[in-house]
Amino acid sequence: MSNELDSLYQEIILDHYKNPHHQGLREPYEAEVHHVNPTCGDEVTLRVHLADAGDGVTRVGDVSYDAIGCSISQAATSVMADLVIGKPVDEALAVQDTFLTLMQGKGSVEPDEDVLEDGIAFAGVAKFPARVKCALLPWMAWKDATLSVVEPVETEEKS
Amino acid sequence: MSLPGLLPDLEVLRKDFPILSRTLAGGQPLIYLDSANTSQKPQVVIDTMVDHLERHNANISRAMHQLGAESTAAFEEARDKIAAFVHAPSRDEVIFTKNASEALNLVANTLAWAGPHRVGEGDEVLITEMEHHSNIVPWQLLTERTGATLRWFGLTDDGRLDLSNIDDLITERTKVVSLTWVSNMLGTINPVEEIARRAHEVGAIVVVDASQAVPQLPVDVAELAGSGVDFVAFTGHKCVGPTGIGVLWGRAEVLDALPPFLGGGEMIETVTMERSTYAGIPHKFEAGTPPIVEAVGLGAAVEYLGHIGMDRIHAHEQAITAYALEGLQTVPGLTVLGPLDAADRGGAISFEIDGVHPHDVATVLDTRGIAVRAGHHCAKPAHARFGVQSSTRMSSYLYTAPAEVDALVEGLHYTRDYFKVG
Repeated sequence: MSNELDSLYQEIILDHYKNPHHQGLREPYEAEVHHVNPTCGDEVTLRVHLADAGDGVTRVGDVSYDAIGCSISQAATSVMADLVIGKPVDEALAVQDTFLTLMQGKGSVEPDEDVLEDGIAFAGVAKFPARVKCALLPWMAWKDATLSVVEPVETEEKS
Repeated sequence: MSLPGLLPDLEVLRKDFPILSRTLAGGQPLIYLDSANTSQKPQVVIDTMVDHLERHNANISRAMHQLGAESTAAFEEARDKIAAFVHAPSRDEVIFTKNASEALNLVANTLAWAGPHRVGEGDEVLITEMEHHSNIVPWQLLTERTGATLRWFGLTDDGRLDLSNIDDLITERTKVVSLTWVSNMLGTINPVEEIARRAHEVGAIVVVDASQAVPQLPVDVAELAGSGVDFVAFTGHKCVGPTGIGVLWGRAEVLDALPPFLGGGEMIETVTMERSTYAGIPHKFEAGTPPIVEAVGLGAAVEYLGHIGMDRIHAHEQAITAYALEGLQTVPGLTVLGPLDAADRGGAISFEIDGVHPHDVATVLDTRGIAVRAGHHCAKPAHARFGVQSSTRMSSYLYTAPAEVDALVEGLHYTRDYFKVG
């Protein structure tokens, strides 16, 4: 039973849980969202700052957050912030998609460490259906916040 | 192990519940401590439902054939059994719903629509901070729609209703008082009759959410009615019955005065293109084909509980709860939310463990075959009152053995070790 638990609670996850990266709400930001997991009550308030360093590429300048919840959702938020900050938005969205696929794979998807880095530690979560939503909470919040900034711009360009 | 109050022959009784002998992944026995969420079902309930489907299935009250008569008789016998179980003065006061939520929504909706008890602008509806969401949201909807005001009984630090301002809360403006009998989160048993008497003095309708009470306590709605209670709502699946069936008991006089809830088949007297007239109670509130086999199953369930005896079930719950409260105190950093005296509470015990989130507690316990609930238990305001976002909850029932509590306590010690707490 301990092996099964260890596959869920990887050291990386417990480390991020105890010492979360990029925690706290910061300025500046273009979007702030509040996401809740209605079945368990986990909550995250998350801000996204997008920036163009002058090279014409919109990057994730900062992700800041205030989150309460279990080890999985807290660690997922920390790992996600590490992963997306500094990446071009398109690339970060692709990482989100890769992580989503991993979580929805019921344990059958082989995680790609080059893309997901510390995020591969969550591969074991996919085998615990009740916990998948915990891991996805921050990713969904981040995507929601990011698209709310990116998409209106695209709409304006089209019109 | 034997504790005073424990049901005798518990090992024999446990065999009535086939699921308790199944094993989980890794061959571990199931330790089911989530009965406040839903109870397990005895063989007699399962068999009664299968027999109905195999031999008597037909629609009720409409089919003019032998099976229709048998099915109708089984359905109405279930109503009789439930009426007897809760000591209803009349079988017509027992309305079948799909669950307790629907029963509470029936009352909260029809009170807004018409009749002498109609709730309108300036009126007040009074609930408590320890309600399940199903006894909060319908009243929020009612007051939002009618312009009435929703007011709340607060809670004391030890998880009881704060009645110190009852005179400010129950006034001439109070039209409805709705409260839970036994809290699904704190376990608190509330003084429903005392509150009902006060509410009755000002002419308010009193609604009792008995979802956690009916499984555990002897219930006498005639006695409750004597104290001013007008409605009692509960669900079948928490008292060893199936899901999909709930009950609203209401005083005939009040039920008669309310307008119909859902319109459809079975609830009418006659229908013309101009207007319809309605059936009397209980059928007035039972539109459409009801959950027939579920009602039949619930009839068997309350008969089963009646055979064991609700007094004895209550004593068993208290014995297990006291034993659990004692065992939980041995876990360092564990705080129980709610009263610490088993005599004042039901068999649901919510707790926190410093440094370990409830989801993580539940996951670790699950790998040891122990089923508990983690989260807000559909009681977010009550959690907010105690400054916690969520909790872990163990809940016992008539089939719970002391050894299962031991396994839980051992599992919690293991959980703390696993997360290197303390």
